[in-house]
Amino acid sequence: MRADPKGVLTGIHFLDGDHAACEGALAAGARFAAGYPITPSTEIVERFSARIPTVGGVFIQMEDELAASIAILGAVWGGAKAFTVTSGPGFSLMMEHIGFAAMTETPCVFMNVQRGGPSTGLPTLPAQADMMQARWGSHGDYAIIALCPNSPQECFDLAIRSFNLAEQYRVPVMLMMDECVGHMTEKVVIPPAGEIDIYPRRHTTKPPAEYKPYASDGDLVPEMVHAGEGYRFHITGLTHDERGYPSLTVGTQDRLVKRLSRKIAAAADRLACYEEDRVEDADVIVVSYGITSRVAQRAVEMAQNRGIKVGRCRLITVWPFPETRIRALAARARAFVVPELNLGQISLEVERSAAGRARTILVPHAGGGVHRPEDILDAILEATR
Amino acid sequence: MNCDLEICNPVEPFLRSERMPHIWCPGCGIGTTVNCFARALVESGLDLDRVVVVSGIGCTGRVAGYMALDSFHTTHGRAIPFATGLKLANPELTVVVYSGDGDLFAIGGNHIIHAARRNIDLKVVCVNNLIYAMTGGQTAPTTPIGALTTTTPYGCFEPSFNLPALMDSAGASYVARWTAYHVRQLTRSMKEILTKKGFSFIEVLSPCPTLYQRKNKLGDGLDAMKLYKEKSKTRHGTSTLEVPLTSEGEIVVGKFVDRERPDYLDLMRGRLTEQLGERYVEMEHPVCQ
Repeated sequence: MRADPKGVLTGIHFLDGDHAACEGALAAGARFAAGYPITPSTEIVERFSARIPTVGGVFIQMEDELAASIAILGAVWGGAKAFTVTSGPGFSLMMEHIGFAAMTETPCVFMNVQRGGPSTGLPTLPAQADMMQARWGSHGDYAIIALCPNSPQECFDLAIRSFNLAEQYRVPVMLMMDECVGHMTEKVVIPPAGEIDIYPRRHTTKPPAEYKPYASDGDLVPEMVHAGEGYRFHITGLTHDERGYPSLTVGTQDRLVKRLSRKIAAAADRLACYEEDRVEDADVIVVSYGITSRVAQRAVEMAQNRGIKVGRCRLITVWPFPETRIRALAARARAFVVPELNLGQISLEVERSAAGRARTILVPHAGGGVHRPEDILDAILEATR
Repeated sequence: MNCDLEICNPVEPFLRSERMPHIWCPGCGIGTTVNCFARALVESGLDLDRVVVVSGIGCTGRVAGYMALDSFHTTHGRAIPFATGLKLANPELTVVVYSGDGDLFAIGGNHIIHAARRNIDLKVVCVNNLIYAMTGGQTAPTTPIGALTTTTPYGCFEPSFNLPALMDSAGASYVARWTAYHVRQLTRSMKEILTKKGFSFIEVLSPCPTLYQRKNKLGDGLDAMKLYKEKSKTRHGTSTLEVPLTSEGEIVVGKFVDRERPDYLDLMRGRLTEQLGERYVEMEHPVCQ
């Protein structure tokens, strides 16, 4: 289906990434947001609170991130598309409901504008150090999807994609921004509503007597209903059977938890989204994401000017990790260089996927700024030796 | 479930009988409150397809799972913010939060005072058994001074909350307290809050023979009923400051607060209409099909 024009601010704009992400959410059909103020993400809900009353929806500022992250789940079961927005310390508090959303298969979007950590860290300065937390932060086995924009335009585009994937797979989707992308201002083109594809909610067509909330019926993703529609259904964070009833047995746990992981694992290659340049004959490939990809591009150009065969692969989907693609690249290139604003997170995934066929060289940065292109260049030079 | 047989429990259609037997212990009061709630639903005349029960975690947190209504068993302490999102996304729903004292007032304490402050239209039933029962009998913010629990083996020395006073001061529109002995009064209060607009709160003192009473040598469920009968004094409209529970004192029950305040949605719509005029647009329900 196409986007509801009420939420689409069609035109050419000059927006920062936070504001663009908000417009993406509105264009995707989000009509409910709950948030708690935290730098550098707050602009997203500030804009939403100003825009939503004329679009038709609700913003509520909750008492903390625990509340914000479950208020959106209540709103989803009430029939809305909903999201919340935060940064490091708030993201830590939201882990509880990322797990609850994964377990109850509640489609929702968490936007994390990453800042330096741990703890209060660097409230106004960038990092990319929540990448593993996005994947593994809540307890137990589950799977999520995470996307990394590197421009305000992509904050808009990937916000829409986040909502669509959330609905398609019934998982929490993380839009993993960073302070630089969130606060940089660039041209953002918002297309007409008729050009924006929207994945509709997987609402059942079955009557209540035939409907089971977690019957996957061959498809790994079950169909949904909303409260108030006469289905008298039950939703729980406990291990549950197809009826949604608690069933605390080894067998039920095995079927449920494996399906929760498999529905994403089985789609990993379809979900893989990346942007590549000159990887075909590259000796060295720089793998990066978010703001770091823009610094890496400079380093790659510097290396190319020195005659080095270096390509770049920018990850747009970070979770599920596009391991099939990295494995294929590892068969050709001698080494990967992975700059990231942390002390080594996604580089571990690159190394795992390469499985020894190509070296992986991390270019770490503790956060608070971005890499110097020269530091990435040094790593590229090291990779050629 | 049909009730064509001559002998039939009138609350049976409200229960997921396929989930019986329930997990509650003999003598526990939670089932009694559920019985009252089912009767209140019958008498309320509400469209049951639009009544939703939201629970947190704990013994009372299992109520949602046994009601044959749309029901959500959420995370520990977060039933209130889940219910807040649900109600705001679809204001046509009657949203009942049914949970325990530890869930609502310890881990969920921040949420419940803010929901009362906002006057979100939620109907909150708090079953207070004075202890964490599901986890095996640990101290709660409601445990009386001196009481033995598994984490206060020398007796509780922390002061406890006066729940009605807390809810009153936070802004609740309706505040009452009953015990599992007061089934008729509790049913009446539950019926009242089902149609009362705004944040409504009922505390129900409930026996926990397996943990609280056994640890403190207070007998069984029947002994608790006798205690409630002897010690309870009904004082409608009394100041909530005068109703704290003490180990020896009387149990003041009744409807303490019943006032009219604009609820969250009234306030939101009023302000936005005033500021935006015809530009203000109401949310459609449901937003996505």
